[in-house]
Amino acid sequence: MDVRSQIATLFHLDKCIGCHTCSIACKNIWTDRPGTEYMWWNNVETKPGTGYPTQWEDQDAYKGGWKVENGDLELRSTSKAKLVPNIFHNPAMPSMDDYYEPWTYKYDELFNAPEGDDQPTAIPVSMITGQQINIEAGPNFDDDLGGSKVYAANDVNLRELDPMLRAQMLEIERLAFFYLPRICNHCLNPGCVAACPSGALYKRGEDGIVLLNQERCRAWRACIAACPYKKTYYNWSTGKSEKCILCFPRLETGQAPACFHSCVGRIRYLGNVLYDADRIKDAALKTDLELVDAQRDLILDPNDPAVIAGARASGVPEAVIESAQKSPVWRFVKEWKMALPLHVEFRTFPMLFYVPPLLPVMSVARGGVVTSDVDAMFADIEKARAPISYLGKLFAAGNDGKVRYALRKQMAVRLWRRHVTVGDISLEEATRALREAECTPEQADAIFKLTALASIDERVVVPPMQREMAIEMLEDPHEHRAGTGFGTRTPPMRV
Amino acid sequence: MNDFLLFAALPYAALLVFFLVTIQRYRQRKFTYSALSSQFLENKVHFWGSVPFHYGILAVLFLHFLFIVMPKTILAWNAAPLRLWALEATGLAFAVLALTGLVNTIMRRWTFAKARRTSNAGDWILYALLLVQVLTGIGIAIFNGWGSAWFATSASPWLWSLFTFQPDVSYVAGLPLMVKLHALNAFLLVGVFPFTRLVHILVVPNPYLWRKTQVVLWARPRTQAGKGG
Repeated sequence: MDVRSQIATLFHLDKCIGCHTCSIACKNIWTDRPGTEYMWWNNVETKPGTGYPTQWEDQDAYKGGWKVENGDLELRSTSKAKLVPNIFHNPAMPSMDDYYEPWTYKYDELFNAPEGDDQPTAIPVSMITGQQINIEAGPNFDDDLGGSKVYAANDVNLRELDPMLRAQMLEIERLAFFYLPRICNHCLNPGCVAACPSGALYKRGEDGIVLLNQERCRAWRACIAACPYKKTYYNWSTGKSEKCILCFPRLETGQAPACFHSCVGRIRYLGNVLYDADRIKDAALKTDLELVDAQRDLILDPNDPAVIAGARASGVPEAVIESAQKSPVWRFVKEWKMALPLHVEFRTFPMLFYVPPLLPVMSVARGGVVTSDVDAMFADIEKARAPISYLGKLFAAGNDGKVRYALRKQMAVRLWRRHVTVGDISLEEATRALREAECTPEQADAIFKLTALASIDERVVVPPMQREMAIEMLEDPHEHRAGTGFGTRTPPMRV
Repeated sequence: MNDFLLFAALPYAALLVFFLVTIQRYRQRKFTYSALSSQFLENKVHFWGSVPFHYGILAVLFLHFLFIVMPKTILAWNAAPLRLWALEATGLAFAVLALTGLVNTIMRRWTFAKARRTSNAGDWILYALLLVQVLTGIGIAIFNGWGSAWFATSASPWLWSLFTFQPDVSYVAGLPLMVKLHALNAFLLVGVFPFTRLVHILVVPNPYLWRKTQVVLWARPRTQAGKGG
């Protein structure tokens, strides 16, 4: 057993209002430099929709992530044998057209325009060439366009969906959409790290954050192709790739990452989990339908004495183990099984989990009149506006049962709380729903509390982090009192 | 005297600049070591430039390397006319491949606004030098035929005289103008090398072939990390 700590994150999609505040917070801090204009380390997509970059989920085209080949794991885009042929021209490399060409407007022309009969206009210009451009796409042009023939209809996840369901999702009266905010998943089995020919990408051992050493990156572009989530980006100006750093300078000082801190809907949770690094490969070789469970099994119970002993033996500091016991991500993912990874079939084991959205039908239009079509308070999850099989494609590699379980529990909590606070649902009905969802009243209250009432300190539990030389947060400083820090023991110069 | 300046002094100056600046750049401005790929900005024509150029130029450089280090073996190989023919034709084919790629690359850089935006003066100088180099190389192959034969008695000893610090320019004094230009331009390329994106050649990712799939870095040794807690 090789126990390691990983900072895991969770987005509660039932709470996301799609305001893009997270994206703006991130952009203002990290990606407002030349070469990064097109990058959105945090972006918010509308689902069904084509996403950013366009149709990124289509790995037949983008060749991201892993595949099982002859009983072994292989990257779709690269391998040691493909290093030489891929290095001059990477056939799986997306181009800027797959994202969008960033632009600005010539605002000064509004002010400097000569007096005339027409309103002055500010023409759009490319932020790369400076020339006038015809804007064709932006980072969120599918925003709110569930049902759109251009965006929603081309959602990759709809391809293998039952034609009836697909048609229903595009019907104007019945269309549904929800938001999918995305950052780097800081995967347990990252494709970007495995693909980097220079070894510039690495996973930090202590907290699992995946970073890209700018000094070592040489623009071979393999990470861009290998990441199935397209969350490594190529800076065309510096000739280096860049990615979400989970705001590690903020985390190391105990603050939530910018996108978490600014989240208006308070949908974002962060906390560390303990996992067994020895079992990653075996888990990644499981079949699609087994993958959700395989990934969950990697995450260890931080309250189990055997796990605690294993963590100590593997050198996980006590304070980090204690932090894992308070992790909200642990509760949602393992204790309640309400959160699922996005596209686990890419086999990178993303450490960003999603609570799938509950989109119950409250009323329907019939003959031009909107009527309540449900006999109970909320319609059954099977009749939800976003079909379970669609959510199953996104969050469970087609294992719809996992989504159904998560949604049923969310619904049971709603019914239970309705019973407690309003009382128009009988105790019998509420407890039956809880029982069917394998949930106790105490659990339901805990889920409700962490979902609806939790303060930022409960939502974002930052473990003590190993900053260079900042041992005092983790360990007894007296143990190290003669040390001068990192690796060396040079006594101070005194005459 | 002029010959000495061009074919002994200049090569040494170029090599000196090459070593000093590449090392200084690697140590002090490591961030600038990058292939500076523009494939992200335009990735269709890119294939027809980058791929033929790299394969072509690598093969040609490999042949030059062979001629320099084992001229006798090459001469022995050339003893049979058919083999001489095959060698010359192979070299020329790869040179033409490199030229095709280079022309495509230059055209692409010039015509696609986004790619042009990321090109600086150094890139254009480099393209000019590379173009001269490949064109003179092809010119020599066509008009001063059987280079693989006379190389062994002129260019190869001249280069060896340079490498052994006993420069003897008499080997190249009588060579045709195009050959001289080719040799001179080669050392110009060596001299500008450390100032251009060519430095990416020095950081080709061979460790990738031997390293473990995943890279995990610890801020301090793991065994120590657990001791205090």
